[in-house]
Amino acid sequence: MADLTLAKPAKELNGRGPSILSMLWRDKLAFISAVVLILIVLFAIFGPMFLGDLATKQNLRGRNFAPFSMERGWALFLGGDSLGRSMLARLVVGAHSTILIAAGTVLAAAIVGAVLGLIAGYSGKTTSQVIMRLADVIMSFPSLLIAVVVLYVLGASIPNMILVLAITRIPIYLRTTRAEVLEVRERMFVQAAVVMGAGHARIILRHILPVVIPTLVTIATLDFAFVMLAESSLSFLGIGVQPPDITWGLMVAQGRPYLNTAWWLAFWPGLMIVITALSLNLLSNWLRIALDPAQRWRLEARKTKNV
Amino acid sequence: MKTDFRALHGLDLPLLEQFGRYVWDLLHLDFGESLRKARPAIDIVLEAYAWTLPLALITMGLVVVSAIVLGSLAAFRVGGFFDRLVSIVSLVGASAPDFWIAIVAIVVFALGLGWVPTSGVGTPLHWVLPIAVLFIRPFGLVVQVVRGSMLTALGSLYVKTARAKGVKNMPLVFVHTLRNGMLPVITVIGDQAAALLNGAVIVETIFGFPGIGKLMIDSILQRDFNVVLAAIMVTALAIFIMNILIDIAYGLLDPRIRH
Amino acid sequence: MSEALLTVKNLSVDFHTARGTVHAVKNVSWSVARGETLAILGESGSGKSVSANAVMNLLDIPPAEIVSGEILYDGKDLLKVDYETHRALNGKKIAMIFQDPLGHLNPVYTVGWQIVEMMTAHGRPADAARQRALELITRVGLPEPEQAMRKYPHQFSGGQRQRLMIAMALMLKPDLLIADEPTTALDVTIQAEVLALLKELQAETGMGLVLITHDLGVVAEIADRVVVMNKGEIVETGTVREVYHAPKHPYTRKLIDAAPGKGEITLLDPSAPLLLDAQKLNKTYGSFAALKDVSLTIARGQSLAVVGESGSGKSTLARTLLRLEQADSGQALWKGRDLISMGAKELLGVRREIQMVFQDPTQSLNPRMSVYSLIAEGWDIHKLMPDRRARRARVIELLEQVGLSAEHVDRYPHQFSGGQRQRIAIARALALEPEMIICDEAVSALDVSIQAQVIALLDDLRRRLNISFLFIAHDLGVVRDFADTVIVMKSGEIVERGPTAQIFDAPQHPYTQRLLAANLDPDPDVQAQRRNAPVHA
Repeated sequence: MADLTLAKPAKELNGRGPSILSMLWRDKLAFISAVVLILIVLFAIFGPMFLGDLATKQNLRGRNFAPFSMERGWALFLGGDSLGRSMLARLVVGAHSTILIAAGTVLAAAIVGAVLGLIAGYSGKTTSQVIMRLADVIMSFPSLLIAVVVLYVLGASIPNMILVLAITRIPIYLRTTRAEVLEVRERMFVQAAVVMGAGHARIILRHILPVVIPTLVTIATLDFAFVMLAESSLSFLGIGVQPPDITWGLMVAQGRPYLNTAWWLAFWPGLMIVITALSLNLLSNWLRIALDPAQRWRLEARKTKNV
Repeated sequence: MKTDFRALHGLDLPLLEQFGRYVWDLLHLDFGESLRKARPAIDIVLEAYAWTLPLALITMGLVVVSAIVLGSLAAFRVGGFFDRLVSIVSLVGASAPDFWIAIVAIVVFALGLGWVPTSGVGTPLHWVLPIAVLFIRPFGLVVQVVRGSMLTALGSLYVKTARAKGVKNMPLVFVHTLRNGMLPVITVIGDQAAALLNGAVIVETIFGFPGIGKLMIDSILQRDFNVVLAAIMVTALAIFIMNILIDIAYGLLDPRIRH
Repeated sequence: MSEALLTVKNLSVDFHTARGTVHAVKNVSWSVARGETLAILGESGSGKSVSANAVMNLLDIPPAEIVSGEILYDGKDLLKVDYETHRALNGKKIAMIFQDPLGHLNPVYTVGWQIVEMMTAHGRPADAARQRALELITRVGLPEPEQAMRKYPHQFSGGQRQRLMIAMALMLKPDLLIADEPTTALDVTIQAEVLALLKELQAETGMGLVLITHDLGVVAEIADRVVVMNKGEIVETGTVREVYHAPKHPYTRKLIDAAPGKGEITLLDPSAPLLLDAQKLNKTYGSFAALKDVSLTIARGQSLAVVGESGSGKSTLARTLLRLEQADSGQALWKGRDLISMGAKELLGVRREIQMVFQDPTQSLNPRMSVYSLIAEGWDIHKLMPDRRARRARVIELLEQVGLSAEHVDRYPHQFSGGQRQRIAIARALALEPEMIICDEAVSALDVSIQAQVIALLDDLRRRLNISFLFIAHDLGVVRDFADTVIVMKSGEIVERGPTAQIFDAPQHPYTQRLLAANLDPDPDVQAQRRNAPVHA
């Protein structure tokens, strides 16, 4: 009997896992974005394993081979580059470094930024001021210029790129976390927990983090797109990823001299960047609503309207 | 020959004195000579800025005006034509790398249609593509902020008061709402003005525009350290001045900050 | 007097939200005559402001939709006239003032500019408008009108801002003034002044006044007739005296019975042992002294009320005793140990014994925690009740104690009404079996009818469990019903203290007398008598 009365509200609220998926299914744009992103992540993980050799195999007869022809097999369906390498294979393999750098950067920046933000929001005035002024300095300087200069000094390599890009992105997470912490810790329910005797750890873990994490996830999705663009810009300029590594930005740069004769060399990798970044942006828009309990009903409401 | 070089650049002095001189020179905006062009680095940097500054000012001017007008219109009719237009442009700005937009633009408008030259400077037509490409990203960001902040301001209680007073629609939007709605926008405009240099690096490189962005990349690739340093210091100074201007603008708009 | 100035007839308004259609008002009719004051009385969600907003064309359509009805003014139906005609009436013929004057004044323009705009927006010359503005600012009682014109809204106090709003509303000598909760955000003494000002101005100009309020005392003080609203419908209409003395509808009766300040006064048990003994507490923020030598004692089972207006230091007192703020000097002995100087470990033990109930339960309950985790959190912190099954049983027991039931255990705060949320907050406080509960304005965010229920609950808990209460409030009626002892604070100092009966019947300090005089009685006859009789002293 007691179970019966409790069953209903429990089902409404604890069914969070499946409801996120069905909410995603209901927003078609967000759903397609998620599928595209999963596909690209699969490219990044398995691409080098299966297509790594094909991507570097030169074929002088396939030089600047035009796309959309099955004449020379599926490998050259999207055309061949200036050395006759398969564009298709290179695009798939190029996902690897691109995603690796972006993921590493976002993860590092988010963790460091969130921790510093928690410290800045929770500690005394001096510590907080020092952290925030540092963030201001990084923020006020154009991020690409910082990256260019640092890579010039340290030398271009994938770990260095992750390092420098992460540094330029930390302030975003830091500021957001700190602002949320400052706001949440003034809320009455945190004061109520203090009055009950809750310690710092409990207040941060139980009361502050659950509010901050959804915001950070949303920002990280958006930021992933931004970092990808930054990485491709650096690679394009010749101070990012170096050959023989492949990234989409580098491929655009390599195709640039052939704009007149073989437009597809620069076009396809650019399009890959656009598709990935677009998916991330659309998914982030959806996440912003889906992860906010105050706004979630907007997505849930569509269900009741249709049924 | 080698000793001449050392003497010329003061490399024969004790290390500490070298460093002292060096810092002293930096404070006087003396960055030494360009290792490539045998001219003072600061001159080369200032010449480049003379190209980048008008490029940045024109672009930012267009961004601010069009973002405020279109953002306000989008906020006034949520879901309407301008709202959709604005969200599509913003999405493109946030998703397409500017070097790729630049390349596609060259292929289409310069090589394909032949409306504008592919690169270089000289005629006003040379400025069209660089400005257009530079414009997209900051516009997409600023217009979103304008839209959001105008939405908040339009829904605020003082707008309700103004409506109860019988204030007409135009002054309602452009007198009562806009000035309040501009407060968050100012900050973003400041951030974007600095970030415009990111775009300038790409756009100037691709369009062969002799500004600070191209100079930076060229100097780095040629290892011309003095010019790089001068460029960084001048840029930092420019951003510092701009931040002060932003703070002043903020104070002018919002009396609560002044008091 | 009899001819209606403005008539609302059979007005129905719906709000279309993503969660379905809400009937905000249903078939509402009322009218107001020249020189008359009509009060629209209702609790939150009653739809009391909707018809006034329809009169001013302030409803956002969509989501709002006017389903039926008409609003007649000067022979025209305001729901049918075009936008421009309606705009020209707003401010000129019908003006409106609002609850929170800070939010309702534009922060980036001077108040002078905003007051003058009332006339320039209707095509009057600016210099004439300036003259009129200066006159009115003087009339509403602000000193140095020239300087006031040049200042910004944030440079005035709440009461001054409301006076400026009134000046602005009267610029074009409107026929009708609509006031939406004009004194709700103000202290009682300021509220009395603003209401008096409104009455004077009405007598001078002969305008009609529609006053939207939740407060029976305000109705008794100022209105001629009253319309009582509940859930979007008018349940009763009549003169204020008729409605108060002979309410016909059960809802009106409930509302009048719930009005605080009529219950029996609780007496202090003089033999109870002392629990808290605070001596000479001081706290300053910069140069502002929030507490000046405050001393008080609380015995077991005692309910001590601390009364004062905003800025009196009453909340700082609570926060200091709870160690949310550190006192500059003084001591507070809790069962013989000093709260102010004790270390973290000892404090943790005391935190179990003293609990707090906050003003707004919407904010004091973590929205992401279920009722069960909210109530059980204290046990986690103090490592009590390790057995999960026993915990659950105890949570249900506590919920039942505060008038909720077992089915509520796994729900989240947003699924409850304001009154229910405050019950959850009280259950949470009870979970640790405290010896004292500090209530900081614990009922002031609640509707009157719910307020009465929560007070009754607290009183019952006090008697049954012998818990002491430190009860911070600005509403004297609530204090009279609940406390056995009262402390009156002003600018960080205690100006008077004593048993409740003594404070209410024979206040000694002039400030206490002023506070009591400004407190509005729901009975219009009592209120009329008070108005005519000179204040004590």
